Amino acid sequence: MGVVTRGFGGRRRQDPELPPGQYLTDDFPVLSAGPTPRLDLANWEFFVATEAGARHTWSWAELRALPAEPVTTDIHCVTKWSKLGTHWEGVALDTLLADVDTAADFALVHSYGGYTTNLPLEDLTGGQAWVAYRYDGAELEPEHGGPARLLVPHLYFWKSAKWVRGLELLHEDHPGFWESVGYHNYGDPWREQRYWGD
Amino acid sequence: MARAAVLGRLTWRVATVAEIRAETAVADTLVFDVPGWPEHRAGQHVDVRLTADDGYAAQRSYSIASAPTAGRLELTVQRIDDGEVSPYLVDVAQPGDKVEVRGPVGGYFVWEPGDPAPVLLVGGGSGIVPLMSMIRARAAYGSRVAFRLVYSTRAPETAIYADELRRRQRDDRGLDVAYAYTRTAPPSARRPVGRVDPVLLAEAGWPADLEPWCFVCGPNGFVEAVANLLVEAGHPADRVKTERFGG
Repeated sequence: MGVVTRGFGGRRRQDPELPPGQYLTDDFPVLSAGPTPRLDLANWEFFVATEAGARHTWSWAELRALPAEPVTTDIHCVTKWSKLGTHWEGVALDTLLADVDTAADFALVHSYGGYTTNLPLEDLTGGQAWVAYRYDGAELEPEHGGPARLLVPHLYFWKSAKWVRGLELLHEDHPGFWESVGYHNYGDPWREQRYWGD
Repeated sequence: MARAAVLGRLTWRVATVAEIRAETAVADTLVFDVPGWPEHRAGQHVDVRLTADDGYAAQRSYSIASAPTAGRLELTVQRIDDGEVSPYLVDVAQPGDKVEVRGPVGGYFVWEPGDPAPVLLVGGGSGIVPLMSMIRARAAYGSRVAFRLVYSTRAPETAIYADELRRRQRDDRGLDVAYAYTRTAPPSARRPVGRVDPVLLAEAGWPADLEPWCFVCGPNGFVEAVANLLVEAGHPADRVKTERFGG
């Protein structure tokens, strides 16, 4: 237990479903390091580039033609808010990676606008990650990453890259945007892995 | 990419309230003594943890208001009525009280004093706080980099740091300050009540061909609107850095 702060009682909204240090919100705060990119669906594509040099791409129409899954999940932002029971729809990474031949251990996720984030490839498979394009029954808004964002809800939400553009599959781990400036390389909210060394 | 912000594990440090200054009816600046606190970089934030006597704890992140100073930290906190931590900091905390802090955090929304590019700061409401850290850092470092601040606030009485900004505009050479009053403007205001718009950004900001850094901070709707205006005015997206509060 930390130092006791005199006169602090707290509001006791702590929920047993919340990871340590998080608080509940009903809003959907936006955290973006820059302006929101405006993307033209006619030119949009999602790519998977393998460590062997193969490149797989999907146009917007091709992505939307793939089987979609509904996802209901809690999300946890490193800035402390958590939102429970959010509803998404998108294509599982399992589906996108089904025909991709790779022995890579890591993925560097790229976004339109230049953002990157890294994670082990095994965190993107096994029903844990999606390319999501609908939120709460409507097309995903640009501010929240539309037309499509990565959804990896078991990690802090910065790993769920907005405006996702593709995956670079790599033998070696390569820190992404926030991971290079002090944020944890893996980001498990249940172990409170916010920053380097946590 | 900015250089690495954090070198080792960020540990919780005890922070003792040294002084409290009222800024507006709903915002206070709390000055903390934090033994071992490293100098932050202007624009960074800090995690604050409050612990009740039965062990219940709550954490929030706050932007740092002060210029980089070892061992000392100023936070300007605006009370959120249904909040859990800000009402304590604004209404209850007194000099001598102890909280815990962890940081500094964030390595992107940061002004680097060695960078010669001119700077445009656009703040909405309490979004002025990390921008004020940059203005204070500029003065503390003796920097001559040209700074322009556009500050959107509802009315004169809701403006945080108004007296200090008036003084700095007079004394800090190369700092210009413009206001957008969104509800009530003072008689001296040069423009009518209204939001930040392309005309104000053209008059009080920098042309894109000077390649300024643009730092935009405030509520999300404000930041979204201003960042879009800056991009439409020709500023490359990677020269526009944003920090967004709330939903």
